Amino acid sequence: MIQTRGLRKSFRTRQGLVEAVRGVDLDVKEGEIFGFLGPNGAGKTTTLRILSTLLPPDDGEAIVAGADLRREPGEVRRRIGYVAQGGGTWDEVTAREELVMQARLYGVSRAEAKQRAAELISAFQLESFADRKCRTYSGGQRRRLDIALGLVHRPRLLFLDEPTTGLDPQSRAHVWDEVRRLRDEGMTVFLTTHYLDEADALCDRLAIMDHGTIVARGTPNELKREIAGDVITVGVTGAGEQVLKLFEAEPYVRDLEPVGDRLRLYVDDGATAMPRILRVLDDAELSLASVELHRPSLDDVFLHKTGRSLRDEAA
Amino acid sequence: MKLVRDTWLVFSRQMTLVLRNPIWIIVGLTQPLFFLLLFAPLLRPLFGDDAYQIFIPGLLIQLAIFGTMFVGFALIAELRQGVIERMRVTPVSRLALLLGRCLRDIVQLLVQAVALVLLAIPFGLSVQVENLLLTLALLAIIALLCSAVSYGIALALRSEDALGPLVNAVSVPLLLLSGILLPLSYAPGWLQNIADLNPFSWAVTAARELFAGNTGADTVWQALLIVGTIAFAGVAWAARAFARGIR
Repeated sequence: MIQTRGLRKSFRTRQGLVEAVRGVDLDVKEGEIFGFLGPNGAGKTTTLRILSTLLPPDDGEAIVAGADLRREPGEVRRRIGYVAQGGGTWDEVTAREELVMQARLYGVSRAEAKQRAAELISAFQLESFADRKCRTYSGGQRRRLDIALGLVHRPRLLFLDEPTTGLDPQSRAHVWDEVRRLRDEGMTVFLTTHYLDEADALCDRLAIMDHGTIVARGTPNELKREIAGDVITVGVTGAGEQVLKLFEAEPYVRDLEPVGDRLRLYVDDGATAMPRILRVLDDAELSLASVELHRPSLDDVFLHKTGRSLRDEAA
Repeated sequence: MKLVRDTWLVFSRQMTLVLRNPIWIIVGLTQPLFFLLLFAPLLRPLFGDDAYQIFIPGLLIQLAIFGTMFVGFALIAELRQGVIERMRVTPVSRLALLLGRCLRDIVQLLVQAVALVLLAIPFGLSVQVENLLLTLALLAIIALLCSAVSYGIALALRSEDALGPLVNAVSVPLLLLSGILLPLSYAPGWLQNIADLNPFSWAVTAARELFAGNTGADTVWQALLIVGTIAFAGVAWAARAFARGIR
């Protein structure tokens, strides 16, 4: 559904040239939810805007929904839906009016546009507020309308830029359900997120982006499996470098990373490694402030690939 | 055909927004009303009963310029709201996004102009219908020019803070050099020569001829031609800005 090779984009700013996207290769299959995970400023939105014809790439090739992005941008536009991060509705009109107008902008007749607006209002459960002005909507209602607006021309591919940013948990869950429903109806959904749990729970496959390049890709499980075994995080009061050295030589520690004043240890089996780690600390007469054992999450994958924690940046 | 249809769509939506907040049409009329009530009486000792006949045509041109020069602000707000971006991913004609908005501005201006003329009639203003219609056509062309240029500049600057001072810097000399407040026949020669380069001073003279009943005066067709040509160039420039800026 989407194939890209070597997409690049840089921006001229007062600070000099910023390379926002540095050679992105993607293969998104038909009928899947594909996620783009990364911290703010990683180049996710820029890539999305390139793929939805809003920004011309500096270099690279892309086929989007069967049309060549550079040669037939008009054809791409007809086949995709795009929902921007902030949405885009006028405050003084109603959801129904917005849906009808959006359909008309795609060349649909007035009667047909009304029909489609009614269908989308029922599919997205907008009935209770569809004839009220957009000004009165909650964040979640507005977001559901934004997504519905992206679908009036029945595209095969939908781009969602940070669809749940700023939503309360209940509205988030509602948006997730809508996205899954669309996938089940055969739609391909390409979304960006900086929420790990969203990428994990919602996406069939994902790519992790950092500093304009893709640092990892696969299904959430594949990515987590790359970091085999378990992760143990230990916090030791008043010792930094010293602790790192202690564990570097231990054979059961596959990898280790300092994170702030804590240390992450990647081990094959947490249950057998835990007592040995405690013994090492005990022998060194260091007192333990905290210890945590967990299955690897996408945050561990991100940390492993980039050396930085996504949680810290997204906060 | 697609351009006409898309322009109509954009125009209808813009009119819906205006009609849901019609207060702005009245607010736009307050400034010319102040001129009508607080400034025009000063001209009576100078021009006698002709005072309104001379002053109202200038006031209409002023309304056409100042009522539309600042429409770019609304576009910047729409850019920020994301509605322009939402239009951009549709196959809608980029020129229609501009023309639909200009058309809204023209309609709004014409409503205000007719209201101003009706309000001035009790003060002794008189004008023939065909001359009023010609004046309204002139006003529509000026409104098209000023609103298109305002949108083009707004798109380039994308900031209200920069747009306001820039539009003021352009419009105040245009106003002073157009003979709107007092006819330029009172000006010294050098000032008249500069004013001759101002297309709006031609428009003001033409509007005065029309209100004086001189439908066939040369300045009338000259003004229509001059302002029309510049409006065409202004729309072409703004259309390019739209095609590039919101490709």
